[in-house]
Amino acid sequence: MSVTRRHLLLLLPAAAIAWKHVLAGTPEVSPNYKLSEHWWSMLIDLPKCIGCGNCVRACQTENDVPDGYFRTWVERYHVTDYDIENPHVDSPDGAKEGFPPSKEQGGKNFFVPKLCNHCADSPCTQVCPVGATFISPDGVVLIDKKYCLGCRYCVQACPYGCRFINPKTETAEKCTLCYHRITKGLTTACCEACPTGARQLTDLKNPSDPIHEFLKTHSVQVLKPYMATHAKVFYNGLDGSVR
Amino acid sequence: MNAFKDAGHIFRLVAVFVVGTLVFFGMRAFLVPKSFGQYGHYRGDALAEVAGRPVNFAGHQACEDCHSDVLEKKKSGRHAHVNCEACHGALAKHADDPGSVQPAKLDTAVLCVRCHEANIAKPKGFPQVVSADHSSGMPCDTCHQPHSPSIETAETAKAATKATTGGTK
Repeated sequence: MSVTRRHLLLLLPAAAIAWKHVLAGTPEVSPNYKLSEHWWSMLIDLPKCIGCGNCVRACQTENDVPDGYFRTWVERYHVTDYDIENPHVDSPDGAKEGFPPSKEQGGKNFFVPKLCNHCADSPCTQVCPVGATFISPDGVVLIDKKYCLGCRYCVQACPYGCRFINPKTETAEKCTLCYHRITKGLTTACCEACPTGARQLTDLKNPSDPIHEFLKTHSVQVLKPYMATHAKVFYNGLDGSVR
Repeated sequence: MNAFKDAGHIFRLVAVFVVGTLVFFGMRAFLVPKSFGQYGHYRGDALAEVAGRPVNFAGHQACEDCHSDVLEKKKSGRHAHVNCEACHGALAKHADDPGSVQPAKLDTAVLCVRCHEANIAKPKGFPQVVSADHSSGMPCDTCHQPHSPSIETAETAKAATKATTGGTK
C-alpha cells in the first residue's frame, strides 16, 4: 500500500500522540499497594529527639534535596523561665550537621523536627491554580512536577513553611513522605535513619498500627491547630512555645 | 421563509458559537491529560510518577536478610533499635549488588559524637559525653563496639584499659 501525502498528514498527529506515550514510559506501580487502604501520618516523639540531624541528611540523600533547602529540618528551642511566648530558636543549616553546644545555659532546651504536616485540609493544595498539588487518596500531599508553574502561591500558603522552589527545576518542592518508599512497604528515609525512634511513620487506616494506642494514651498535639489544617504530623510532648 | 429574510447574521453568529464550542471540546480532549480527574482535580498519573523514584535507603529488612550475625550482636545491646543505615548511610545500591558496591569504612571518631556529644537540649536520659574529655580524641571503637556499645565483660574492659594506658599494664 502506498502512503499518499494526504494519508501521511492524517497519520502525523496520531503518531505524535503515540510517541508522547512512549516517551512518558510506563510508571512503576507497586502491584499490591491499594490507595484506599492507607491514610499516612507521622508521629514525632519529642522526648526522644537528640538533634543529631540524621533525618535531615537522610532526606537530602534520598530525595536529592538541593543544598540550603530542606524538606525536613530540626529546630532547637531555648525557653527561659516563664517566657514561653519568646523562645530562642536556632537551626544551623537545618541541623544537617547536628547542633553546636548551646550558648545559653539553664532554661528549657529541646529539639523539634519539622516537616510537611500532610494536612487533611491543606491550604497549599487549595491555592494551587493549576491542580499541580493535591492530597493523594492515601493522605499524602504531593506535587505534580510536570504541572507546576512555579508560581509560589503554595509556598506562601503553607502555615508551616514546608515548601520551597527548587532552584534547578523552578517548581515547588516539599516532603513527599517518601511516597516512593511507603508505597513499596518501606518506611520513610528519615524514620529509617532516626537512631532513637523519635520519628515513626504511621498509617491511620491500619487498625494494628500502634499509633491508635499511642494517641489514646499520650498528650499529643499538632502544630498550629487553630489554622484548622487537620495536620497529620502528631507531636508527643510538644511544648507550648513551639510555633 | 420571510421570517428569516434578514436573519443571515444570526445564522453566522450561531455558526461561530458551534465552531467555537467544537474547537473548545476538541482542544480540551487534546490538551487535558487522560488521567486528569481520575482521583481529583489533578493528574492521576502523577501519583505513579512520584512513587516511581528510585530508593536510596534499602531499609533494615534488606540488611538483616544477609547480616543476621550483626543483628544477633545488636540484639542484646543498647543499639538494638538503631537501624543499620542510621550509621552506615544509604546502601540500597549495596543491597542490590553486594558484590561490587561495598560500604565505606566508618570513622567512629566522627560518627559517634553526632549522637553522643553532650548538648543541653538532649534528653537527660540519653547517654552523652564531652568527647574531648572522654576519650581525648581516640576513636570510640578503641573501647566500644558500635554494634553493642556497653563495656561490660572482663575481656572488653581489659582491652579498653590496654588501649588507654598504651599497653603498659
